[in-house]
Amino acid sequence: MTALATPVRAPVTISRRYLAAGTFIGLGLIDIFVFGLLAHSGDAVFALSLPGASPHLPSIHVPGALLAYLLGVISIGLGVLRAVVDLPRWGKRLTLAIVLLCFLLSLLAWADAGNVVGPLQVIDLLQGTLTASIPLVLGALAGLMGERAGVINIAIEGQLLTGAFVAAAVASVTGGVWLGLIGGSLAGGLVGALLAIFAIMFLVDQIILGVVLNVVALGLTNYLYDRVMIPYANTFNSGNTFSTIKIPVLSSIPIIGPVFFDANIFLYITYALILVVQIGLFRTRWGLRVRAVGEHPVAADTVGIRVLWTRYRNVILGGMIAGIGGAYLTVGSVGFFTSDISSGFGFIALAAMIFGRWTPLGSVAAALLFGFSYQLQTELSVLRVPVSSFILLMAPYVATIIAVAGLVGRVRPPAADGKPYVRA
Amino acid sequence: MSDQHEAEPAAAPYSATTTEDTGAPASGEPGGRQPLTGRLIIQTFSEGNTVVITILAIFVALLVGAILIVASDPVVLRAWDSFSYAPGTALSATWDSVAAAYSALFEGSIFSPATVAAAFHGGSIAAIFYPLSLTAFEATPLILTGLSVAVAFRAGMFNIGAAGQWIGGALVATWLGYAVNLPIVLHAIVCIIGAFIGGAIIGWIVGEIKARTGAHEVILTIMFNYIMYNLLTFMLSSQSLMQAPHQTNAVAPNIASSAMLPHVGGPPPQVGVGFLIALAAAAATSWLLNRSTIGFQFRTVGASPSAARSAGISVERVWVLAFVIAGGLAGLSATTIVQGQTAPLTFNSYGTYGFDGITVALLGRVRPLGVVLAGLLFGALNAGGTVMEAATGVPADVTNVIEAIIVLLVAAPPLIRMLFRLRRSRGAGAQAVTSKGWSG
Repeated sequence: MTALATPVRAPVTISRRYLAAGTFIGLGLIDIFVFGLLAHSGDAVFALSLPGASPHLPSIHVPGALLAYLLGVISIGLGVLRAVVDLPRWGKRLTLAIVLLCFLLSLLAWADAGNVVGPLQVIDLLQGTLTASIPLVLGALAGLMGERAGVINIAIEGQLLTGAFVAAAVASVTGGVWLGLIGGSLAGGLVGALLAIFAIMFLVDQIILGVVLNVVALGLTNYLYDRVMIPYANTFNSGNTFSTIKIPVLSSIPIIGPVFFDANIFLYITYALILVVQIGLFRTRWGLRVRAVGEHPVAADTVGIRVLWTRYRNVILGGMIAGIGGAYLTVGSVGFFTSDISSGFGFIALAAMIFGRWTPLGSVAAALLFGFSYQLQTELSVLRVPVSSFILLMAPYVATIIAVAGLVGRVRPPAADGKPYVRA
Repeated sequence: MSDQHEAEPAAAPYSATTTEDTGAPASGEPGGRQPLTGRLIIQTFSEGNTVVITILAIFVALLVGAILIVASDPVVLRAWDSFSYAPGTALSATWDSVAAAYSALFEGSIFSPATVAAAFHGGSIAAIFYPLSLTAFEATPLILTGLSVAVAFRAGMFNIGAAGQWIGGALVATWLGYAVNLPIVLHAIVCIIGAFIGGAIIGWIVGEIKARTGAHEVILTIMFNYIMYNLLTFMLSSQSLMQAPHQTNAVAPNIASSAMLPHVGGPPPQVGVGFLIALAAAAATSWLLNRSTIGFQFRTVGASPSAARSAGISVERVWVLAFVIAGGLAGLSATTIVQGQTAPLTFNSYGTYGFDGITVALLGRVRPLGVVLAGLLFGALNAGGTVMEAATGVPADVTNVIEAIIVLLVAAPPLIRMLFRLRRSRGAGAQAVTSKGWSG
């Protein structure tokens, strides 16, 4: 029944090189003719410290339109460079990063040029980006753990949701936020275990399974929320949260300190998990085995790797990571559980994983991009910039479609992803 | 297994169940001798064919629902605290709790004995059918999104995007409903056609991207859902686009009364013409899939794209066409809400119709008749759930859990067989659904 992988060639006739160059030049032109020309006259002000912070950095004043023109010229220059010179791989990535940065900066310059509401709070924007990315990063890592071993995990959303619910409930009943975190993680692992059992033992189609598990998680948490949490809110949903931990010394570095080292434990757990998964997958024996199981289970089995056991373990571990991400949504930020609190983060995490081409660092980059667009939308509405937040919120999804459609390079899943392994 | 499928592509993608349908009786005895009817019945039950497995799945799901209801009922929990010296009280409290909830569920969705008694004493006879009317009303949009998912599934694709396509249809139907002036029947028909086209366009974009680049439709449809959610809110919160005049909320204007669908059972939430549209769509889909050339191509591609390609079928064209039809059906689902209810379109009108369509389609074994039956079952659970919540305070969300568990169990026949000690069915049907991963 396994449908053969039908090779469909992308009928893109222009070579990738010129496509990228054209995109760069196009973005540069937008910088100049949209953000530059339409900017109000006056300076764009970027505040680099939070109000009342010490040491206090002076805010940067730049003429908004001029900055946008300059950034546009840089982008066009890089586009021409890309078209003329065949850059090495790192060069391609660097130019892409610079052009995207130019685009974002000119957008910000346009937004804040001559703005009477106040300066753009750069620290807020970056801090918010990082915290908004936490559930996305953890969700993407969870998906990655399963998919690298060959099990598709669409149930990330359900894992986040149950993690959030159980974390809030456990933290409220026991009064311990750490117990809440552990409970949330275990709950996510439980959904992972269900996914693993149905996918590996009963060979259920993994995409169907993931969708159905999401519905189960949503229905169950909604039911228990209405039935237990609302009537007994003091016992089950009292809203405990972790307090912020400032890392000594590091947190007093200007800009970097408040952004990276002044948050609650979840951000630091996220750093640690990114490192563990990245190094684990690509630098350890365990990772090699996992990747072997995900790419070619028959070969892995032949050399004595326990394929099914590897898959069980990875899917459950992934579920536990997503459970931590879910716990962040309650005990890590607002404290209270509300109906459907994960509100689609699991699906965005899935997109981030695919956008990041099934690599931890790539997924993190994609998750940060999504987090940034959320936070940008918040900051722009604070500045009362006349651009619809819904358009900004759409951007990550459009970007993902462009990514999976292969316009910015092909994304390729692990070869055995989603295919149950039955020993012949 | 593969032989059977190449010979009979009708037993297409949802393999486990479909092979059971045809497999169990046909594979019968090795010599081609057909088993006797009596034996066939026993075999059916002992091996668990499609119907038996579905019924057992519903039973298990109701049991899980009962446990949820009991375990969160404070009265029952208090009774169980004193179980050691008053076990009878605990058990009767448990029974009362479940019985109250499930009888309210039943009376709210199918039939309430009280109305019959009332009818004998001069009450209205129509009241007897009121719960069924509610059920049909609730089932209407689910049947249509279920058909949408089913059509794509038969062509070998998974349509998670019925929600986005629903919004596409809803936007077009609403706009045609308030911005255009037409005579009474014509207006409604124009809106219905518009909704079909609106949904079909969203489906077409997905199909086209998949056909041209090979991108996986699951990712595309999930992304399109979010794009459409945001597009809907954007359109409904801008005065220059579709926001109702003098409104600050994201609400569209009311559509003209000439565009509304006529009532059948009574005013909403009672069954309307939308239900007839859903039944007609199911019949049309059934004809399309089982009797037409296009349907044959769909099923062939669903069974094996490479075989279809060898046979000269344009696989890409089938993908696009299947998504156009799937999108159109989801758009029709929107029409039954937009034109079937008095409330205007809002930023969250799409509800959970799209995702419920998936569960309905899977429970209905991706066949039109099955989808109608599954839609009616879920409609009954939804309609009854509301009544149950009002009568007993048990949140209606429990019905969503029951629905999801039914589908989970139906998708895993080996689990049901294990739970009820059914024998593995002979021949090809024993395997569960195997999935194809991202690259298919």
